[in-house]
Amino acid sequence: MTVSLTLDNVSAHYGSTQVLKDLSLSVKAGELVSLLGSSGCGKTTTLRLVAGFLEPSAGSIRLGDRDLTRLPAHQRDIGLVFQNYALFPHLSVRDNVAFGLKQRGVGKAERDAKANAMLERVGLSAFAERMPAALSGGQKQRVALARALVIEPPLLMFDEPLSNLDAKLRVDMRVEIRRLQRANGTTSLYVTHDQEEAFSISDRVAIMNAGRIMQLDTPEVLYQRPANSFVARFVGFENLIEMTVTERNGEMVTATTKAGASLTLSQTVYGAIPDRFILAARPDGLAVRQSGEGIPVTLGIRTYLGRAYQYQCTTSTGDLTGNGPLSELLEPGAQAVLVPVPEQCCILPPEA
Amino acid sequence: MTTKLHPLLIVFAAVIFAILVAPLFIILGAAVSDTSFLTFPPQGFTMRWFTNIFDITAFRTTAITSLQVAVTGTFLALLIGIPAAYAMNRFRIRLPSWLSNVFVLPILVPEIVLGFSLVKSITIGLELPVFATLLIGHTLLVLPYAVRVVGASLASFDFSIEEAAISLGCPPLKTFFTVVLPNIGAGVVAAFILAFITSINDVSTSLFLTGPGVSTLPIQIIAHMEQFFDPTIASVSVLLMILTVGVMAIVEATLGLTFLTK
Ligand SMILES: Nc1ncnc2c1ncn2[C@@H]1O[C@H](COP(=O)(O)OP(=O)(O)OP(=O)(O)O)[C@@H](O)[C@H]1O
Ligand SMILES: [Mg+2]
Repeated sequence: MTVSLTLDNVSAHYGSTQVLKDLSLSVKAGELVSLLGSSGCGKTTTLRLVAGFLEPSAGSIRLGDRDLTRLPAHQRDIGLVFQNYALFPHLSVRDNVAFGLKQRGVGKAERDAKANAMLERVGLSAFAERMPAALSGGQKQRVALARALVIEPPLLMFDEPLSNLDAKLRVDMRVEIRRLQRANGTTSLYVTHDQEEAFSISDRVAIMNAGRIMQLDTPEVLYQRPANSFVARFVGFENLIEMTVTERNGEMVTATTKAGASLTLSQTVYGAIPDRFILAARPDGLAVRQSGEGIPVTLGIRTYLGRAYQYQCTTSTGDLTGNGPLSELLEPGAQAVLVPVPEQCCILPPEA
Repeated sequence: MTTKLHPLLIVFAAVIFAILVAPLFIILGAAVSDTSFLTFPPQGFTMRWFTNIFDITAFRTTAITSLQVAVTGTFLALLIGIPAAYAMNRFRIRLPSWLSNVFVLPILVPEIVLGFSLVKSITIGLELPVFATLLIGHTLLVLPYAVRVVGASLASFDFSIEEAAISLGCPPLKTFFTVVLPNIGAGVVAAFILAFITSINDVSTSLFLTGPGVSTLPIQIIAHMEQFFDPTIASVSVLLMILTVGVMAIVEATLGLTFLTK
């Protein structure tokens, strides 16, 4: 049985400070959605609301056809995996895994059998008798995973489960989490502040900022078509250029920067272009040319990237970064123009 | 690691140690002295002062009262102290910072003052029986130890473990007993022992709270000494010492004495 999770206009406060603002989020049945954002943006708070350790000041939380909003935490039936593992120090690995089954009134023989089977699946059969203190970080996190999975919860939640592990183990474990989550088809909410981790493990990613979701989409869409300048910056669009349309000629639109540089853009490539917009580009989305139509700049520091040269450029309205071909070595201080590469750029609404 | 000790430091330590230990030896000597008065060094050797203790009814009854008060008082203090320590650690951020100090007040207030104020409020104010008064007094006397020592082990307790249990379907109260308590067990034992020893050795507070017919062992020792200056006092002290050392030995063997200094 797979169910969907829905948060509807949820707000949360700690004392008088509002931490989540009208947050709406939907995780489809069987889907893994990540909450991605910088420290303090409200990821853990969102998880704690769903888990029932915090009560929302407004809004509702639903899991399938159950309303969780006012349900006590121990009746929610949600598997939780914590950053610090949170294993029971006084119980053996097997008893840790069997704990949830015991609460559900499963008999000793059956819960041991199930715990053993789950330990087998996470590759820890040999460690069943050990105490948690005698495990490595990666093993502890596997026990925590097994403990959450064995109760076959309709929803799994992870709060930065891998951030205490080293880089290699992090990659192994995230593959393993994804494998187990897929195999069971369990709806999952996953919190991380590591973009690579979020993009590699998730069906969809919610990028959060200051208690709000800025965009919830597949990693591909987020990476190629961010919806606003916050998300654009987050996924590496370093250049955000404010522009105003001066002339429309069928599909072709002419727009100027604040400094007066003029560009001609095609709506067949970029989609509908509003009168005021932001042109967003990664460094490889702005080609450095010696002359032609583009944004005039003065070249600054040049770095060799292997496939191209990257130039720090200055304009009268701010700094930009563009890439130039290896065939053409330009010197710092020279005048040049930056030309948008259509497939690599996107059009964003102006910042409020 | 080899640290060179200054010879003077060794001498200094030896002197301090001698000062601490000498009275114990003197009491031990006096307890076996075959004289009808307290003296040191002992003259002759006898165990009759030890058997004498058991012949004096007052020692028997007050010893029983002392044990009853110490065990029950300590138990009550833990019953109040554990939930208090738990709440203060669990909801630390939401509680005012002075609250934890309230529970230390009985240690900071001179015991004489505590005893006197209890006389005013309980004995005179409520007119409770002497035993009940004594019990309340000792509970208050040892409560700070319960709160502090249990609090110390809760301070290093990771409360996300509690949330893990709740998320796995364990109701909050049951979680306290199945997950929290087993992990602070050592602290609870240490608190029990500290509180027990404090209670059984207390004089100043008890002095105010004992009354006609009901007294504690330490008070009885003082009363006895005022009438008879014989070695019985010394032998009782030796027995009390053995009890304390015995309890300490059990703690040391099971938990390590560092528990009491943490
Ligand atoms: N118990 C609390 N009392 C008051 N404020 C809190 C409390 N817990 C969190 N906050 C505040 O709420 C905001 C969101 O916190 P939250 O823990 O959800 O962040 P997060 O996105 O999980 O960050 P991180 O990546 O650092 O874990 C932060 O500004 C934090 O300071
Ligand atoms: Mg967090």
